[in-house]
Amino acid sequence: MTFMSSPVEAADLVELKSVDRHFQLGDQTVKALDAVDLSISCGEYISVMGPSGSGKSTLLNILGLLDQPSRGEYILDGISTTTLKDKARAAYRQSEIGFVFQSYHLIPRMTARANMELPLMLAGISPKERAARIKPLMERLGIADRAEHLPKQLSGGQRQRVAIGRAIMMKPKLLLADEPTGNLDTASGTEVVKLLEELNREGITLIVVTHDLELGKRARRQIRMVDGRIAQDVLAGN
Amino acid sequence: MKLSDMARFNWLVVSRHRFRTAMVMLALIIGVSAVNLLIGLGEGARLFILGEFSFLGKNTLIVMPGKKETTGGMPPISGESPRELTLRDSQAVQRLPEVRLMAPLVVGFAELSYQGRLRESLIVGTSRDFMQIRKLIVQQGQFLPQSELEEARAVAVIGRKLKRELFGPEPALGRWLRAGDRRFRVIGVLSSKGQSLGMDFDEVMLVPVASAQALFNQEGLFRVFAEVRSYDYVNNAKDRILSVITERHDGEEDVTVVTQDALLASFDEILRTLTLAVGGVAAISLIVAGVLIMNVMLISVSQRTDEIGLLKALGADGTTIERLFLSEAILLALLGGISGLLLSEAILAMGRSFYPDVPLGSPVWAKVAAFLTAILTALIFAYIPSRRASAMEPVAALNEGKGVS
Ligand SMILES: Nc1ncnc2c1ncn2[C@@H]1O[C@H](COP(=O)(O)OP(=O)(O)OP(=O)(O)O)[C@@H](O)[C@H]1O
Ligand SMILES: [Mg+2]
Repeated sequence: MTFMSSPVEAADLVELKSVDRHFQLGDQTVKALDAVDLSISCGEYISVMGPSGSGKSTLLNILGLLDQPSRGEYILDGISTTTLKDKARAAYRQSEIGFVFQSYHLIPRMTARANMELPLMLAGISPKERAARIKPLMERLGIADRAEHLPKQLSGGQRQRVAIGRAIMMKPKLLLADEPTGNLDTASGTEVVKLLEELNREGITLIVVTHDLELGKRARRQIRMVDGRIAQDVLAGN
Repeated sequence: MKLSDMARFNWLVVSRHRFRTAMVMLALIIGVSAVNLLIGLGEGARLFILGEFSFLGKNTLIVMPGKKETTGGMPPISGESPRELTLRDSQAVQRLPEVRLMAPLVVGFAELSYQGRLRESLIVGTSRDFMQIRKLIVQQGQFLPQSELEEARAVAVIGRKLKRELFGPEPALGRWLRAGDRRFRVIGVLSSKGQSLGMDFDEVMLVPVASAQALFNQEGLFRVFAEVRSYDYVNNAKDRILSVITERHDGEEDVTVVTQDALLASFDEILRTLTLAVGGVAAISLIVAGVLIMNVMLISVSQRTDEIGLLKALGADGTTIERLFLSEAILLALLGGISGLLLSEAILAMGRSFYPDVPLGSPVWAKVAAFLTAILTALIFAYIPSRRASAMEPVAALNEGKGVS
């Protein structure tokens, strides 16, 4: 095992430069992220672990442009995102980043198909092309026969597969998963992880936050966070 | 995001929250149909009243003795009263090529009697053309004969009610009745023209103009009606009549020639203003709907924070979110507006079937205005909630509704 000292490479997809994320709670400042430096190359498979409240979700949110650093710089695909306006950030979220949440975040009134369709709809893609893109993906995810079901009619594993389908619909470079198996039993959790790993093998950069040590150990690169800092950053098998 | 996708997306929202949608729609329906109904009623009343007063066709000019002082200037310095309008003047009018029909009018009240039955009645002395100008129909007998205007024949055409009251079930044709100190032979009975605010022909007696002049011992005419060949000639004819009579009156312009339209125009204006005012008051009720829309949308935004967060995570920018919520309000307004219009049109149609005489119905501009007001209200009142939604930080929105579905 080697300690990573923020290597700078040309192929870096993500680069955080002493990023802070502070929350003001009354007269108390919570340092959810504290001077985090991190570089991630294209195609990596990273797990993020650590105690509750250590800043894992905060890190993921910043990487996914859902949240902004209080200080420091975030360079995504060679472009500094710190000064980007809402529109440009939204465009990045649309095309470069996929999100998978612990609680799925499916829209309850919409069918599995409609939920998967959302990113395409937001991107203004025509219904015809949407249908053409969704069908093979649903088959691949094994939910083709559930296309017209509402989320509440699906099992947890099926819901998460719909959510993953939605996340990769726009073929992003970066897939961020915050405890994707947290609400699932072991069997369907393993299936979901295998699916994510398969996507990673096809080239997507995968970052998974997890409390499950077994799952975390499957990743090639494992990051451990404590108190808003990266306490450990190791490459497995070395 | 495509407009059609937004519509579909919002359709799911409004069709899922039935109660909420129903409340907003109800408020909008009340507002829109109030506007449309009140304007429809006002317009119906206006047209009804105008119809009642517009007993003359569009081609008819009215000549009145005396100069109408529209400017309200100084009264004439010469103490002379205006010259009378004579039968000869009316004949000069008749000779004009533009004039197709001409009816001089001498009007007065006299006591009629037949075999001891007495009745005070309006007596109109006129010519045969009057029948065509006023579109009168003779039920029995015939109308006034075509004869020289100066010929004071002792014949009369009477209204239905007059006939009934004086003669009862007996035939009236050929009978002599007395009017003042003269006797007239009844040669015709008018058929009912219905209640007309202009003049009630059921209770009138028509006689040749010269007979009325003699009866009332009055030379001057009350009015001269002149029907022009076509509407295109109206203005031309108006000038010609004025100049012909002015010439006959030694160059003094002492008569007034007006169209009925001009007479009714000011009246029309008052009624129109009234209708607008009433419609405007109804439009205020849409503000109530607007406040409701705002509250409903604020609730919608707070209930759907995690959805907003999700949409942002999936690539929606603030503008898209704002449009999404605005279009939801517009969809509600469309549904409410259309329902309101349909409802009020149905009520107006029902009203028309009960009161066929009153042309109830709002003009197209009123429908458009009511509809647009509803949409505009929705837009204005949904603006704040939509801005609130669009300004949400994606992460904050996502965290708020942790653990759903
Ligand atoms: N919006 C917020 N306002 C205030 N404090 C916050 C907010 N979001 C996160 N925090 C705080 O920041 C710290 C890091 O939170 P974060 O959610 O990143 O932890 P985590 O590692 O994901 O924890 P868990 O494993 O429980 O999900 C925590 O102390 C949390 O209370
Ligand atoms: Mg977390």
